Amino acid sequence: MMSTDAALTQPPRTLFDKIWQRHVVQETAGGASLLYVDRQLVYEVTSPQAFEGLRLAGRTPWRRETVLATADHNVPTTTRSEGIADPLSRLQVEQLEINCKEFGITEFGLRDRRQGIIHVIGPEQGATLPGMTIVAGDSHTSTHGAFAALAFGVGTSEVEHVLATQCLSLRKMKPMLVQVDGALRPGVGAKDLILAIIAKLGTAGATGYAIEFAGTAIRSLSIEARMTVCNMAIEAGARVGLIGVDDKTIDYLQGRPFAPAGKHWAPAVAYWRTLASDPEAHFERVVTLDASAVNPMVSWGTSPEMVVGIDAVVPDPALEPDPVKRAGMRSALHYMGLAPGTPIRSIRPDKVFIGSCTNARIEDLRAAAAVVQGRRVASTIKLALVVPGSGLVKAQAEQEGLARIFTQAGFEWREPGCSMCLGMNEDRLGPGERCASTSNRNFEGRQGPGGRTHLVSPEMAAAAAIAGHFVDVSEARH
Amino acid sequence: MDRFTTLDGLVLPIARSNVDTDAIIPKQFMKSIRRTGFGPNLFDEWRYLDRGEPGQDNSARPLNPDFALNLPRYRGAQIVLARENFGCGSSREHAPWALRDYGIKALIAPSFADIFHGNCFKNAMLPIVLDAATVDELFQAVDAAPGYRLHIDLPAQSVTMPSGEAIRFEIDAFRKHCLLNGLDDIALTLGQADAIRAYERVRRVQEPWLFE
Repeated sequence: MMSTDAALTQPPRTLFDKIWQRHVVQETAGGASLLYVDRQLVYEVTSPQAFEGLRLAGRTPWRRETVLATADHNVPTTTRSEGIADPLSRLQVEQLEINCKEFGITEFGLRDRRQGIIHVIGPEQGATLPGMTIVAGDSHTSTHGAFAALAFGVGTSEVEHVLATQCLSLRKMKPMLVQVDGALRPGVGAKDLILAIIAKLGTAGATGYAIEFAGTAIRSLSIEARMTVCNMAIEAGARVGLIGVDDKTIDYLQGRPFAPAGKHWAPAVAYWRTLASDPEAHFERVVTLDASAVNPMVSWGTSPEMVVGIDAVVPDPALEPDPVKRAGMRSALHYMGLAPGTPIRSIRPDKVFIGSCTNARIEDLRAAAAVVQGRRVASTIKLALVVPGSGLVKAQAEQEGLARIFTQAGFEWREPGCSMCLGMNEDRLGPGERCASTSNRNFEGRQGPGGRTHLVSPEMAAAAAIAGHFVDVSEARH
Repeated sequence: MDRFTTLDGLVLPIARSNVDTDAIIPKQFMKSIRRTGFGPNLFDEWRYLDRGEPGQDNSARPLNPDFALNLPRYRGAQIVLARENFGCGSSREHAPWALRDYGIKALIAPSFADIFHGNCFKNAMLPIVLDAATVDELFQAVDAAPGYRLHIDLPAQSVTMPSGEAIRFEIDAFRKHCLLNGLDDIALTLGQADAIRAYERVRRVQEPWLFE
């Protein structure tokens, strides 16, 4: 740990710089760094080719104990007792089991109650710790930045690289500060905030940057809400989202199975408390946002930047001066089956999905259940799904009576997994079907070929399920 | 890994910004546990009129006649010309695998999403960033002249148009070196095993809870 004297002679550093510098094994040619990776999370879809690569080259994992695996993308959310019906999905999930056994990696199998979405179970298990570098073959790995961990998605070749070497050759990102002050209004949450930030930055606005989220509005968010914010940093192009350590971070981690305990706890906490940007630290770019001006958000197009407040109307491409953007808007509206000027409130979803690594934690389910309690899903809604983020979240929600609130209202209560966020399993939209979804991407075909996604918060999804169209959640409250 | 030095190739224009990796290779094809075989499903939802599923006979599927990839003039293309933020979204390396499997060896755009950009290099594909105005001109030139080809020279870091005019591009020196020599990244890093172990000894003292 740095002595006080050394700290005095160091120029002020950002949180990103602190974690980055501590993980540089050596500088490599061409301005890249060989960066040490403390934790890798592995799942069934982007890992089989990596394990096969190890096998073909006769390599073994450098530190297998730093790897945690589970199946999430491709698993059924209906009953698990009969296994997986789709032979291709089954093969992929079985292959993960085979690979983990062969290489001695800890895996939470489908019948393990700790199984769930990797970005939910990492923090839940305390496998995500402040100051760590964390990678996974999934772009939403930025989620773990909520714990002041430098966490980012990689491709399969890099999954293999980290398995084999514990390192990655990487060019340093540029630090960006997104400063959010003020208080979010009641009914406006972390999901609305990050959608508003993406609308401001644009979907590629933070490409090449590591975003640190700071300010009083971020401080006032719970740890789970911070995960929602960091989760979607990638939707603004940033591989990394970060939030500095405070008491909430430490309280969350204490006592979790993979977190340090005993003699290690106090020194760990002492180190973690240094994981915040120094005052006067320099950011390449600073963006500010007033939290009190954020409305409940609903996306209208096929990119997460295409999002407006609940009181707005679908924008008119004719008013967009940039021809490439204008063409993008036209194509999005055509795909979404929406006309310019349509009030967002008049849009009627066919399906509702509450889940994903963005919004499937216990607080998300509590917030949605509070809106749903004592009401019924509208008759025009064909399917309303709640998919908890992990087996432990599911068990807790059942214990708290949330599951019953959902099922009595007409929601289906499912087993944990990624589910309809990307529709790799059978939970999909049909062509033309419209969905109020708490997931993170509204790309064409993302939730099923021809499916139309509207990204919203859990409260907004729940309220849309009840009303049959989008409403301002404050109106849906008791 | 294959080497990349020079390429003389037909150009395929994909005239949209923010092309995401879900569009490049839809999720249903990611159930494969192999790195190959994705080419017939590249841009599946734009390319075919029916719904694609793994295991179909793709040659029997109805093609979308409006999608550039299906036009005879672009058959055999090796270079994709794209708009801003190509390859955004999911980190799936299946996207570069699908492009590669189809026969694409280089891409030109005003910007690429970070993860996709890195994934290309791991698969001996060269993503080239040119300014938006130049890319705009290239789109017009490709549109105007069937059979439009570009010559890419990685050692010289240049893209040469049929007129003979050459445009210089920038590239990370280390990535260039790896592409030119077809180097195996993992073997390179394992060459630094002593440095990695020395680093671990220091970290073990600083943060013992990560090592016990």
